[in-house]
Amino acid sequence: MRVWLRQHRQALRSALRRMGVLNALVIGVALSLPAGGYALLESLRSVAARLSFEPQITLFLAPAAKRAEADALGAKLRGDARIGKLRFVPREEALKELASVQGLPELIGALGHNPLPDAFVIVSKEVSLEVLAADLGKLPGVASVQADAAWARRLAALAGLARVGLWLLAALLGAGLVAVTFNTVRLQILTQRDEIEVSKLIGATDGFIRRPFYYLGLLQGAAGGVIALGIAWAALAALNVEVRALAESYGSSFRFGFLRPRDAAMVVLMAGLLGFLGAQLSVSRHLRDIEPK
Amino acid sequence: MLSFSSVAKRYPGGQEALKDVSFALEPGELAFLTGRSGAGKSTLLKLIPAIERPSAGSVIVNGQNVGALKRAAIPYLRRNIGLVFQDQKLLYDRSVYDNVMLPLAFSGQTPHEAARRARAALDKVGLLGRERASPVQLSGGEQQRLAIARAVVNRPSLLVADEPTANLDAESAARILDIFVAFHQVGVTVLIATHDQALVSRFGKKILHLEAGKIL
Repeated sequence: MRVWLRQHRQALRSALRRMGVLNALVIGVALSLPAGGYALLESLRSVAARLSFEPQITLFLAPAAKRAEADALGAKLRGDARIGKLRFVPREEALKELASVQGLPELIGALGHNPLPDAFVIVSKEVSLEVLAADLGKLPGVASVQADAAWARRLAALAGLARVGLWLLAALLGAGLVAVTFNTVRLQILTQRDEIEVSKLIGATDGFIRRPFYYLGLLQGAAGGVIALGIAWAALAALNVEVRALAESYGSSFRFGFLRPRDAAMVVLMAGLLGFLGAQLSVSRHLRDIEPK
Repeated sequence: MLSFSSVAKRYPGGQEALKDVSFALEPGELAFLTGRSGAGKSTLLKLIPAIERPSAGSVIVNGQNVGALKRAAIPYLRRNIGLVFQDQKLLYDRSVYDNVMLPLAFSGQTPHEAARRARAALDKVGLLGRERASPVQLSGGEQQRLAIARAVVNRPSLLVADEPTANLDAESAARILDIFVAFHQVGVTVLIATHDQALVSRFGKKILHLEAGKIL
């Protein structure tokens, strides 16, 4: 056991000696794109999550409508089989909700009275909202119907597209990481050709010879991951300087958040594992060629 | 200790390097393998640490049939054989001391014990004062002695040398041979290949003479 530990320490030292800062930097720059992109998307997602993507219809009553009229309409709506969920939003509650949105309290305060009507929020059982919306619009007491969840769906689709794009980018750059490590290890094997040949002649096992190269791939990948996080962090911090100014002009405190610790650890871990994979591919391909003659 | 029975070696392309070679060395025996260049000496020596595999017959080292060894078992065979090459195969990017330490990296000694063994091996070949030197700073004879120190640092029971005195002046060559004899005297089995017939006859030891792939 102690021998095993000592040999691993030795391999680690040898790998650290041979690790190229430049290679780690290349990997880091490449990986900072998907890592930073992911952080951006996650920040936007937390905003978008507050928006609903369900097939929703909102019925607005006339601002002057009495509560009794609203109750009568509610009873009628409850009888409609096409309606799944129904929620009554009294005008007082709507005002409270609006007041909780950043930047608006000042505006509402300036108005002096509640400009909002009572409303029903309906979740349709049907996919096509147009027919239902048209029917509901004819009901007495309904002032206007809003049925366009389309923009929300478009936003969701866009976010989904960006997500797929990021994953593709990450996969592509991950493959690049494997290739970079493959090549680093290949060059390292070539420069250590004599040492490897002699080691084989004097009884080094394959495992002993391979170990430093595995460590090299692992460490180089993980170092690239750490550098990527650093670049992404710096880029987000720079963006946030601008975002803060913009958000404050809207009375919002929105900032792009950095990756959660779990995600950040994942970036480093994955980069390390991909580096290891590249090293393994390279070692199994190139080390067999070196046999003592 | 070491025995060849009816060993033949044909290289791809049909060249027949060894034909029906049989001999045996007792534990602790010292023998010379002689013959002109191209007679098959190097091929014969390469069969012992499984650098090459025999085409026919069997090579037995320490009771193990080398020709039938699995790839994974070869490193453990080699750790018990000290190999000295004509071109030394030293690593020129590190010191004399580190060259000798190389085989100790994977044999499992404590660092303290490894250092002690390395110094003992260098002492035996008369290089104890040159530990910090680079191999390029050594003379041809000293480089060959360094190669011997590296070969014996793991205390192998069998020492195999291919033309260890080639390219050396008579005095250096004699000193190299004295070192081998010293190891033989402490019980190590030694096989030395050389084309220098005159040099070996004065020892009065077993001589295996190869000619065109056959032992005469």
